Amino acid sequence: MAHKATPKAQPVECTGAQSLVFSLEAVGADTVFGIPGGAILPAYDPLLDSTKVRHILVRHEQGAGHAAEGYAVATGRVGVCMATSGPGATNLVTPIADAYMDSVPIVAITGQVSSRSIGTDAFQEADIRGITMPITKHNYLVTNPDEIPQVIAEAFHIAATGRPGPVLVDISKDALQGKTTFAWPPKIALPGYHPVLKPHAKQIREAAKLIAAAKRPVLYVGGGVIRARATEELAAFVAATGIPVVTTLMARGAFPDSHELHLGMPGMHGSVAAVTALQKADLLITLGARFDDRVTGDLKSFAPEAKVIHADIDPAEISKNRVADVPIVGDCKATIAELLEAVTGPHPVDPAAYGPWRERALGWKRTFPVGYNAPRSDALMPQYVIERLGAIAGPEAIYVPGVGQHQMWAAQFVRYERPDSFANSGGLGTMGYSVPAAMGAQVAAPDRVVWAIDGDGCFQMTNQELATCVINKIPIKVAIINNSSLGMVRQWQSLFYGQRYSNTDLHTSVGMRVPDFVKLAEAYGCVGLRCESPEDVDAVITKAMEVNDVPVVIDFVVERDAMVWPMVAAGVSNDLIQIAKDTAPQWDREESDAEERGLDADHDGIPSGTTRG
Amino acid sequence: MTKHTLSVLVEDKPGVLARISALFSRRGFNIDSLAVGPTEHPEISRITVVVDVDALPLEQVTKQLNKLVEVLKVVELDRESSVQRQIVLAKIRADSSTRSQVIEIVQLFRGRVVDVTPDALSIEVTGNADKIHDLLALLEPYGVKELVQSGIVAIGRGTRSITDRALRSA
Repeated sequence: MAHKATPKAQPVECTGAQSLVFSLEAVGADTVFGIPGGAILPAYDPLLDSTKVRHILVRHEQGAGHAAEGYAVATGRVGVCMATSGPGATNLVTPIADAYMDSVPIVAITGQVSSRSIGTDAFQEADIRGITMPITKHNYLVTNPDEIPQVIAEAFHIAATGRPGPVLVDISKDALQGKTTFAWPPKIALPGYHPVLKPHAKQIREAAKLIAAAKRPVLYVGGGVIRARATEELAAFVAATGIPVVTTLMARGAFPDSHELHLGMPGMHGSVAAVTALQKADLLITLGARFDDRVTGDLKSFAPEAKVIHADIDPAEISKNRVADVPIVGDCKATIAELLEAVTGPHPVDPAAYGPWRERALGWKRTFPVGYNAPRSDALMPQYVIERLGAIAGPEAIYVPGVGQHQMWAAQFVRYERPDSFANSGGLGTMGYSVPAAMGAQVAAPDRVVWAIDGDGCFQMTNQELATCVINKIPIKVAIINNSSLGMVRQWQSLFYGQRYSNTDLHTSVGMRVPDFVKLAEAYGCVGLRCESPEDVDAVITKAMEVNDVPVVIDFVVERDAMVWPMVAAGVSNDLIQIAKDTAPQWDREESDAEERGLDADHDGIPSGTTRG
Repeated sequence: MTKHTLSVLVEDKPGVLARISALFSRRGFNIDSLAVGPTEHPEISRITVVVDVDALPLEQVTKQLNKLVEVLKVVELDRESSVQRQIVLAKIRADSSTRSQVIEIVQLFRGRVVDVTPDALSIEVTGNADKIHDLLALLEPYGVKELVQSGIVAIGRGTRSITDRALRSA
């Protein structure tokens, strides 16, 4: 019985475990992140012999799941993670939910107790199929080894097609141990699964007519454009029409930040130009975005003057939050290409017609440029650190933040020029995403520099994967934006809870270093560096860029009270800021409430809601 | 809010019903009743669910159901173009002085008495939602001791079957 992994044209007799490994090879999986355990143990034996599938042993199953996500986001291919039954499987729940919210294609394979024992509260038994039903695109429980090739083929197909998402395959131990025959390709039977890829010609025509008739159109670009690999089509469309673009958090890099027509990121922490453009638009050309509440704020006050063209591959998103005047179900790549044909052919659009609107939008960009205040000249501002990091590491690097203030600054202050350069947890907002996802991205793209930009809170949740990185030669770089706090929560406590900092002090740089991140990094075998003043920033980043055989961790000790705001530089008049605020949608009653009460959240002597800092 | 009757054709696989109920629960859709059973096709089951929603949420319900891999087809059956029935078993308080009145009412609705005891009788009746509602309203004064409703099942009028081509592969 050959163990070497070549998919056989002839059926081969083998165990379920071997069939699983053969199936993974046949479907093109080259990496699996996982941790073995009792129920999944039989699968690990043939894995040892596979020359096509590399298994990377992680230190927490959550790390395996996020690594699979990082792998998928960096390449567009399906990420794979594996865990045992019970607690191994439940440790995958968070990354699976994360992938579900952000439409990331991953397949999670979990061991399950023997089929005879299912339902008896057996050792390490958990109904992971039931538990993950609401957070997977689809899931399977396999108790018959003969089904393994078909299930794996289907799982990868479902994960990767239509709106991508996580698929879980739970395999009972007796199915892994049982005898079966491996044959490839299996018959895929998914009669209820028909993603619509080609947009309807009539809808394209209607959309083109709206575009031609509009005076103030905006391209509202979401993560779906990156998932569809449609960034070239988007660039061509903008070149042909001259319509300004906003890119959501999940779409950073879908359109170059350096392009004049890129107004920035919309939403709660978006640029004033992007937010204002959406509010003043008369047409939203929505591509692969879902009118998420972080972008729209209170729906009733969002884009009040605009008609909506909504192009998405998931029909359930269209008209879910905002009624679409022209719904277009289809893959963004095809949709944008057809729209381009329509607006340069039968329903021509004259870019000059949008001239006045473009001027207004670019005016907002000029008046409200990217910026932040530093309270003292020697203050190490987190925004400065991230800005310099983006400048030195460049647009070909992959940036992977965690969740919180540093995530928003990473979205705001790095210049993204290409897709697959920014991976983050947007929908679920999972702290601890950064290090393992960076690891996954580095494995998927070994020739690119990967920078994890993490918070001191997030870092403590998943940093054990540094061990995985050192041992497996995955040389990620980690910039810890260390403000000794759960920063975003602390910001809200500053604004709405009278600066009563309940349980947000992490003691990682103010008063004490618990842990000392440099010593922690060195304990793992990484290079550990610390930076505490602005003059040292460039040098420490450059030093980190020169280390390429082990991970580097930099402890940037930054200003604790820095706040995340819409990007407005110092010196912009209060009147203008008030105008900007008045045009924004209702973000959160609490936030505007604090501004009305004139609290001085960032201790700069100026009430919040005026000059940003 | 109005009630809508949806017929959902699903692959007959373990866990499908759980998936559908979980979907309704997490999306906050109100289920009035749910009935499920096999169809004329061995691999297809049919779930008839009555939801209590406005028009726009109904569109969401339908789209979310269609997203489930094992859901083959979702059809709304409206009152005018379909036959809607449910079966009700009820135990009505009835002693020698009221028994004949209760039986008369039940017979007027073409129901049947299936069990008799000195102080109660059990009835079986089929009908659409309005008929059942009217019958129960008339029986209320006598005392409805126990009520079991099967949930609406419905079939479209005419020659076409919604199971046609439901198993077309991708």
